[in-house]
Amino acid sequence: MSDLIRQPAAVLAAAIASREVTAVEVTQAHLDRITTVDEQVHAFLHVTTESALAQARSVDLRIAAGEQLGPLAGVPLALKDVLAMKGEPTTAGSRILEGWRPPYDSTVVERLRAADIVILGKTNMDEFAMGSSTEHSAYGPTHNPWDLDRIPGGSGGGSAAALAAFEAPLAIGTDTGGSIRQPASVTGTVGVKPTYGGVSRYGQIALASSLDQPGPCARTVLDTALLHAAIGGHDPMDSTSIDAPVPGVVEAARRADVQGMRIGVVKELGGDGYQAGVAQRYAEALEVLQGLGAEIVEVSCPHMEYALGAYYLILPSEASSNLARFDGMRYGLRAGDDGQRSVEQVMSITREAGFGSEVKRRIILGTYALSSGYYDAYYAQAQRIRTLITRDFDAAFAKVDVLVSPTAPTTAFRLGEKLDDPIAMYLNDVATIPVNLAGICAMSLPVGLAPEDGLPVGFQIMAPAMADERLYLAGAALEAALVDEWGHHLIEEAPAL
Amino acid sequence: MTISRDDVAHLGRLARLELSEAELDHYAGQLDVILQSVARISEVTAGDIPPMSHPVPMVNVFREDVVRPSLSRDEVLAGAPAAEDDRFRVPRILDEE
Repeated sequence: MSDLIRQPAAVLAAAIASREVTAVEVTQAHLDRITTVDEQVHAFLHVTTESALAQARSVDLRIAAGEQLGPLAGVPLALKDVLAMKGEPTTAGSRILEGWRPPYDSTVVERLRAADIVILGKTNMDEFAMGSSTEHSAYGPTHNPWDLDRIPGGSGGGSAAALAAFEAPLAIGTDTGGSIRQPASVTGTVGVKPTYGGVSRYGQIALASSLDQPGPCARTVLDTALLHAAIGGHDPMDSTSIDAPVPGVVEAARRADVQGMRIGVVKELGGDGYQAGVAQRYAEALEVLQGLGAEIVEVSCPHMEYALGAYYLILPSEASSNLARFDGMRYGLRAGDDGQRSVEQVMSITREAGFGSEVKRRIILGTYALSSGYYDAYYAQAQRIRTLITRDFDAAFAKVDVLVSPTAPTTAFRLGEKLDDPIAMYLNDVATIPVNLAGICAMSLPVGLAPEDGLPVGFQIMAPAMADERLYLAGAALEAALVDEWGHHLIEEAPAL
Repeated sequence: MTISRDDVAHLGRLARLELSEAELDHYAGQLDVILQSVARISEVTAGDIPPMSHPVPMVNVFREDVVRPSLSRDEVLAGAPAAEDDRFRVPRILDEE
């Protein structure tokens, strides 16, 4: 088998299972690729070479012994650095956790190991997943493989860039307001934010607990579905985990059918503020879906325009509370402990030294929104808006099977372009945030390159809670039609590096 | 509603952030802009709408009260900035006098 790094995960897994190629060869090919290109891309913060090769050897031994392994056994994966992996550095992109090694595995990592998926390393991200460009990482930005001067999206820019640079065929992200989908959109890859509670958050370093959701990323819809099935399902260690079987995502991805499906175009997510080439590719994709037998209808979700405001009150409020655990007492950085200062002084100095500017900004904003006198006007009002947005979705899903929108208003912007303008940065997530507020599921998949800049455009599909299979049914059908039209996956057009 | 440097300093104290003078100026300006843009949510009349704290309606998820293996003391203390006598060592908590 040639060009191992360009193969989809499903193809690699079949080749490993039939002993056409070994898991060690596949893993080594990806480790070599990381060595060659990651100096330019900076997708990884830490490469777990030894444990990856050990995992791959174990897969090869068991296959040789005739054992039947899972559908992704031996396939390499890039893990976002926000998920605890026992004994390996886990920083969440922050200085405050530099050098910390978790004493336990997150449930996602446990399930990846159980599925014999080979973990290549930990990927770069905006600090504590706060950002849309990966520029807020304390360890320097990740570069978009399509254009190294541009951002790979965020917060999961490292995971998306690893896929687009062919450093890994699978990746794990986490999505609080779009951190899986927006990076997928700007790197020409696929990412799914599962239904809230569909994938365990145990061992994910928390940003905003009522919004956070780990999920699968890959270069094809089927690979994404296979990974979704491997990590999803009930976990007693996460009290918000849904006690129900994983939706039939793999079957749906294989069926790839939108015949008779009712697809709702969300009127409020699109139009003004969306780049011309994004709007154009989005409109063309809708025509493709219609050509495949879907019925396209316009629906209105009138409260969507308030989603961004509600989100930027709810998220900082929850984050300011969650990040209180970083106090320099039990793990991570401690600064200013001269034997004289009090515990409170040491905490304040530690947090000042360990947190970056975006994290401080959101902690202050959240502390403000939760402080007495402002609580009802800000936090409680934001929670009421959240109810209204959820009701908008409920009303829309009474009429249609899935909803669609562009994933992000623009293609990848230049590094540095929005770094000093928090509002401009926050607007990237205007179309992805409502999904997190309502706890429903959504996918981003590539639908072409914007004519004006030659960069990937993402298409977002949204489905009701625990109807994740609909994302794959529609996404795989659209992907198949586009691949048919282009003669290849869009990612094949990415620069060679 | 405007946010002053003093407000930011107060919020910093509440959040245990030892902000520098430059940061106080920087964040006061930025928080003003951010709050103005999120304040739009007050346009919506929603007094009778129940607030939503969480997307999944569930309460009191319990497990059986049984003893299970947990991390050893050494594993837990291995990540500590300072440890002594099998405990976390922390700066002084009480005042001198």
